[in-house]
Amino acid sequence: MAGLLEGKRLLVTGVITDQSIAFSVAKLAQENGATVVLTGFGRMSLVERIAKRLPAEAPVIELDVTNQEHLETLAEKVGKHMDGIDGLVHSIGFAPASALGGNFLETTWDDVATALHVSTYSYKSLAMAALPLMRRGSSVVGLTFDATKAWPVYDWMGVAKAGLESASRYLALHLGKQGIRSNLVSAGPLRTMAAKSIPGFEQFEDAWTRRAPLGWDLQDQEPAARAVLALVSDWFPATTGEIIHVDGGYHALGAEAASI
Amino acid sequence: MTRDEITSGLAEILEEVAGVNPDDVAEEKSFTDDLDVDSLSMVEVVVAAEEKFGVKIPDNEVQNLKTVGDAVTYIESNA
Ligand SMILES: NC(=O)c1ccc[n+]([C@@H]2O[C@H](COP(=O)([O-])OP(=O)(O)OC[C@H]3O[C@@H](n4cnc5c(N)ncnc54)[C@H](O)[C@@H]3O)[C@@H](O)[C@H]2O)c1
Repeated sequence: MAGLLEGKRLLVTGVITDQSIAFSVAKLAQENGATVVLTGFGRMSLVERIAKRLPAEAPVIELDVTNQEHLETLAEKVGKHMDGIDGLVHSIGFAPASALGGNFLETTWDDVATALHVSTYSYKSLAMAALPLMRRGSSVVGLTFDATKAWPVYDWMGVAKAGLESASRYLALHLGKQGIRSNLVSAGPLRTMAAKSIPGFEQFEDAWTRRAPLGWDLQDQEPAARAVLALVSDWFPATTGEIIHVDGGYHALGAEAASI
Repeated sequence: MTRDEITSGLAEILEEVAGVNPDDVAEEKSFTDDLDVDSLSMVEVVVAAEEKFGVKIPDNEVQNLKTVGDAVTYIESNA
């Protein structure tokens, strides 16, 4: 099968349902010629069931990004399936309920720390765990939600994403000499499990579908997945530390345009 | 497939995914209130049921499946 990713080897984190952005990434990657290995967190039996829904069933390695032992043994376990990693996809985010939904002023440091550990610091720890298998031309890609603004209900997850956006630039800086790129896709709201667990998330779903110049489909993960794979491919060879918006153009507008 | 067959198929899934005792599974039982199935387990029950019965259970449908009987009815009419 010829394709954009012919011969590429991808390690994709973050699949939990077939609505996960990571599921679309893995599916499209396979359809375009890549070999995919997944990592799963927590409910491994569910991730394994979902892995069977890919065009080609992918092996699943357990990875909790806060577990040092999982991180230390990751490269060795991945190495049993693929002899290298051309694309590393970070599609992981989590914040305790108290850190979301409008409770910003009351959230404790412990809960904030959890959000930052899983959603921000993990970008660096995952990249370092996979580094032994990466080479010149390899690409790390993560998912963010526009952190230049404060959003209703997103709260500490927004702070974690601001950190992620910065961490990606620092990864670009520190891995640049080795020829490894780091970029993020800034996606509009999508109805995945992570999103549905944010109380009040619907509030900005409506605004998005109404306001985005290109319109926005809350149930279509494919546009974000395509951008992730474009960044993994050889077609962004000199791009690193970048954030690509896949949001129907929402971020580009200053005020809501009256219906044109 | 009869309602009883679907119910016992669901009981197998509930045991495997959420450790529910198959003897507790009956049509009037609520997944969350009676059988203590948490939301992530429910996601896996749905995925397993889709595979087992060859149905697609969309998200907006899942919200309406409060009891085992609701799920049986949905599967019976969509499989
Ligand atoms: N859905 C949206 O609206 C949206 C928008 C922009 C960005 N994003 C980002 O996209 C990424 C993927 O989220 P999604 O929307 O596909 O939801 P999802 O719920 O399908 O995926 C989130 C994943 O994070 C994983 N995870 C949580 N804690 C973990 C841990 N300790 N170790 C390893 N993995 C862990 C979960 O297992 C799950 O697979 C996240 O970074 C999210 O913030 C989502």
